[in-house]
Amino acid sequence: MGILNKLDNSVEQFESGNIIITSMDKLLNWSRLSSMWQMFFGLACCAIEMMATSASHYDLDRFGIIPRPSPRHVDIILISGTVTLKMATRIKRLYDEMPAPKYILSMGSCANCGGPYWEHGYHVLKGIDRIIPVDVYVPGCPPRPEALLEGLIKLQERIRNQSLAKHTA
Amino acid sequence: MEINEIYIKLKSVFGDGIGELKTDLPVRPFLFVDASKIDAVALFLRDEESLQFDNLSCLSGVDYDKDNLAVVYHLCSYSLGHQLVVKCLVPKQDPKIKSVADVWAAAEWHEREAFDLVGMIFEGNPDLRRILLPEDWEGHPLRKDYKVPEFYNGMKIPY
Ligand code: SF4
Repeated sequence: MGILNKLDNSVEQFESGNIIITSMDKLLNWSRLSSMWQMFFGLACCAIEMMATSASHYDLDRFGIIPRPSPRHVDIILISGTVTLKMATRIKRLYDEMPAPKYILSMGSCANCGGPYWEHGYHVLKGIDRIIPVDVYVPGCPPRPEALLEGLIKLQERIRNQSLAKHTA
Repeated sequence: MEINEIYIKLKSVFGDGIGELKTDLPVRPFLFVDASKIDAVALFLRDEESLQFDNLSCLSGVDYDKDNLAVVYHLCSYSLGHQLVVKCLVPKQDPKIKSVADVWAAAEWHEREAFDLVGMIFEGNPDLRRILLPEDWEGHPLRKDYKVPEFYNGMKIPY
């Protein structure tokens, strides 16, 4: 059974019944990391790679990542591109409206540190981590879909190691 | 019409309102128009039977030289297939020029952009607000003497 494999060796299953025993942490983390709903927005050229990753060839759906149009529904934001100061104000607001636990993946040089606009970009925020905490950085300009997928798998690993009792994020 | 014919035609109607024609640069030929005449010239360019400049392809604001800003109008005519570039110099001290939004509706947002980025004031534009930068931004960043501020709304701007 799929879920038993996912929850690894901490699961006990009783021979005859429909009862399994596992820890709350494992179950919660497993369900969270398998349904990371994503905020439905893209910012610049990186967004094109994000769309390519969502499309059938790379298929984000198989990780349970589907775009949702409201911050109330979502677990992660992929910051996919150049964050202008005008947009930064809005991103901060969207982030504040998301229910916890929430995760940020910063995609591409622009979102990481300002990218090609680092010197003359009077209008660009030099790194999204100046306004909201970032869980995973994916380098590249733009990162290929494989890189983005690796970033998302890293984020899944991070979620897998969370604990209710111990605040890790 | 060839650019020289257009120039002669405009000169015969507006006289001193039309400045120099430049054809020897490696860009499209352009001519200068006195900024105070631009609304009349624009209307003439659009409505005159032999010119019919029915399309404003671009309007840009430029920090032109030490004392002047400029507005550059790229025009073309769908019906007659000719093109024209018009420049108006406007002093930096008092960067005001008449809007051509009522001649070519496309000018409205272009003028807002030029206002936003170089601070040109277009008199008669129906809605002269910032179009790209946030409403509470200070200054006009494509001016050559623009200094990038340290902070915007608590966010640090320099790297
Ligand atoms: S990192 Fe490169 S590809 Fe991505 S948004 Fe910035 S400039 Fe575009």
